[in-house]
Amino acid sequence: MGDFVSNLSLGFSVALSLQNIGLAFLGCLVGTLIGVLPGVGPIATIAMLLPITFGLDPVGALIMLAGIYYGAQYGGSTTAILVNIPGEATSVVTALDGHQMARQGRAGVALGIAAIGSFFAGTVATLVIAALGAPLTSLALIFGPTEYFSLMVMGLVFAVVLARGSILKAIAMILVGVLLSTVGLDLETGEERMTFGLPFLSDGIDFAVLAMGIFGIAEIMRNLDHTEHRDVVRQAIGRLLPNREDFRQSYLPVLRGTVIGAILGILPGNGAVLGPFASYTLEKKIAKDPRRFGRGAIEGVAGPESANNAGAQTSFIPLLTLGIPPNAVMALMVGAMTIHGIIPGPQVMTKNPSLFWGMIASMWIGNLMLLVINLPMVGMWVRLLKVPYRMLFPAILMFCCIGIYSINSLPTDVMFIALFGLVGYTLIKFGFEPAPMLLGFVLGKLMEENLRRALILSRGSLSTFIDHPVSAALLAVAAILLVIALLPSIRKGRDEVFTE
Amino acid sequence: MKSIVLAVAAAAGLAVTGAQAQDYPTRPITMIVPFAAGGPTDVVARIVTDHMSRTLGQQIVIENVAGAGGTTGITRGAQSQPDGYTIMMGHMGTHGAAPALYPNLKYDPAKDFAPIGLAAGTPILIVAKKDFPANDLKGFLEYMKTNSDKVNMAHAGVGSVSHSTGIFFNSVIKAKPTMVAYRGTGPALNDLMANTVDYMTDQIVNVAPQIQGGNIKAFAIATPERSPVLPDVPTTKEAGLEGYEVSAWNAAFAPKGTPPEIVKKLNDALVKALDDENTKKRLLELGGVIPSPAERTPEALQKLVESEVARWTPVLKAAGAAAE
Repeated sequence: MGDFVSNLSLGFSVALSLQNIGLAFLGCLVGTLIGVLPGVGPIATIAMLLPITFGLDPVGALIMLAGIYYGAQYGGSTTAILVNIPGEATSVVTALDGHQMARQGRAGVALGIAAIGSFFAGTVATLVIAALGAPLTSLALIFGPTEYFSLMVMGLVFAVVLARGSILKAIAMILVGVLLSTVGLDLETGEERMTFGLPFLSDGIDFAVLAMGIFGIAEIMRNLDHTEHRDVVRQAIGRLLPNREDFRQSYLPVLRGTVIGAILGILPGNGAVLGPFASYTLEKKIAKDPRRFGRGAIEGVAGPESANNAGAQTSFIPLLTLGIPPNAVMALMVGAMTIHGIIPGPQVMTKNPSLFWGMIASMWIGNLMLLVINLPMVGMWVRLLKVPYRMLFPAILMFCCIGIYSINSLPTDVMFIALFGLVGYTLIKFGFEPAPMLLGFVLGKLMEENLRRALILSRGSLSTFIDHPVSAALLAVAAILLVIALLPSIRKGRDEVFTE
Repeated sequence: MKSIVLAVAAAAGLAVTGAQAQDYPTRPITMIVPFAAGGPTDVVARIVTDHMSRTLGQQIVIENVAGAGGTTGITRGAQSQPDGYTIMMGHMGTHGAAPALYPNLKYDPAKDFAPIGLAAGTPILIVAKKDFPANDLKGFLEYMKTNSDKVNMAHAGVGSVSHSTGIFFNSVIKAKPTMVAYRGTGPALNDLMANTVDYMTDQIVNVAPQIQGGNIKAFAIATPERSPVLPDVPTTKEAGLEGYEVSAWNAAFAPKGTPPEIVKKLNDALVKALDDENTKKRLLELGGVIPSPAERTPEALQKLVESEVARWTPVLKAAGAAAE
């Protein structure tokens, strides 16, 4: 305990220097502003802004980069709520209820609760990292291919529960998502699959491209074919901050989301993407009236946003304690650290304690900054919705194109969002929900790779999934969830849940 | 008529190029790095161009164009205007292994470029999980003789450095382990540390922290000399293995047809950067090997590319590792 306090105070003494506070603020501000551009998520933002940190000392540079990361993450949620464009896999579920809230004139409340929930989750996650970072590292090592496959199976069961409307359509969409994820080079053999010999397909379809097309462009088309919805938003901007009733409804989802997100964030191979989905599923399952979900339920924003931010923080654990990045953003942080002459690894904690603890302390400061920056800005973002749609949508379209081009510098990506936009519009018109498809897409790749890896390692024996205790437990949970969902006796109740 | 117009245009173009070569560079230069930001090649490129920009008086902007083992970015670079304003950072994979891995490759590493110079060599290490039942390369080779079929080798995906160097290693020691593919070095290392897979070969910058932290074992480094970053790790030769010396080198290239004066300016700036104490220090910290003056010339790089293509093609073709 004494260690804990002295470590943290060392951290805060580093992070609270005038220069570092300024850098944290700057990072969060720039990250938020760029992250608000549709499609420009944390990865693109950090990659773009990496060079401006070159002149700084390593601690300051990392504090600023971490700030950009949180800022961009939060900015992504803003676009998800305001214009229904999730910039990252983790903000897909925020778009579900967040955008509905915006349509009902509660955009300010949605943004507010997202900021407050994120701040709370960030605070808790920072403490978790400081207190338990080192011991929790072993969790990352328990999760091999076998366990990871079982976790993804559980994730797909979540996806079924997540669905609104016809369950058959939801399963169809999940499978389409899984199929889309198999496009590109096969990992084991290097053969191209379903690329039609087109070079730009050889690395598969980018998540941002799919999400922006299916959600963003399709949403613009839908808005253009019936304009009355937008008028509702324009007339009733409403309150900017959540009231007492909102808080009463949100505090438990925030708590649960924080726990779920923090645990899943530590897992290797981007376990954090499951956090918001898991939180949303849980809230929907235990809600008294699940029908509100997908129609602007505040719990559907509060829980996933907290899970998202908690996961974003705890995904630093494998990086800081092992030097192993669990996802693409953290891989970029590794590069940033190496460029600044710090090779991430287990020795960073002992060799550079001021850097290690300074960064952890700055995480909390970064979260505070986000709250300070974003709450006053909520009003500004909401006012954006007052802009007549005929003037707003060309701007959104343009930013979508710029954003998507900035990720891979590929012109084909820009054409792809147009194609997926058409597909998304058609799907919406036929009553298919795009969210399960995105989840299928995200999980499909991880699932297939880990399934094959696990089977290669077990030399083809399927019993490996039962022999590993963690994997067996996860599969059991998935099976139970599925049985509850499909059992005939509760089938009736379930149908009620899913009727429109 | 048309041909006259073309001829005039071509002559005018040449004249402009000549004038440009003298004043070069008058605007920022783009360097295509064919991998994601933050990877080993990206880090080397950023460290080197940081100093080169100061020499040239113009910023060198890094553009990351990742995909297909780096060949997407290099293809784009090879097809860009040969005016010195688009250059690229190639490496062992894009300019050595790629012709064997990608039969539809749109460029010829030895013919479609104006080599600028070698930037840094990155040694390859042979590493194994902590619980591996051997403590040195000799014990490892002994174990592999009888247990090769039980052993799992990790690599970071077809076309990655760890994949090519790993296949080469297996062909040298005549082992046939089960290959397990990961998407990138991070996840592969994670499973190596968790004792899920047995061994792999990878670049020093990726594995050195885990070796120093005692999470994995290092059997040997595939360079003629030991690395100052890991002075306790013997070279493959010292450990008794002949014929396995590989380096994941990074080198700067311009598209074919770039005026020689411009290539010279770029090479001078690169050489100056490699002589700079601070740049050197940062590359050495990564475990990089600074090329000797003789290795820094465009001619030496051209030879290196030719010899690497000749070395990798038979090894990878024999393993049937083509990305078709």
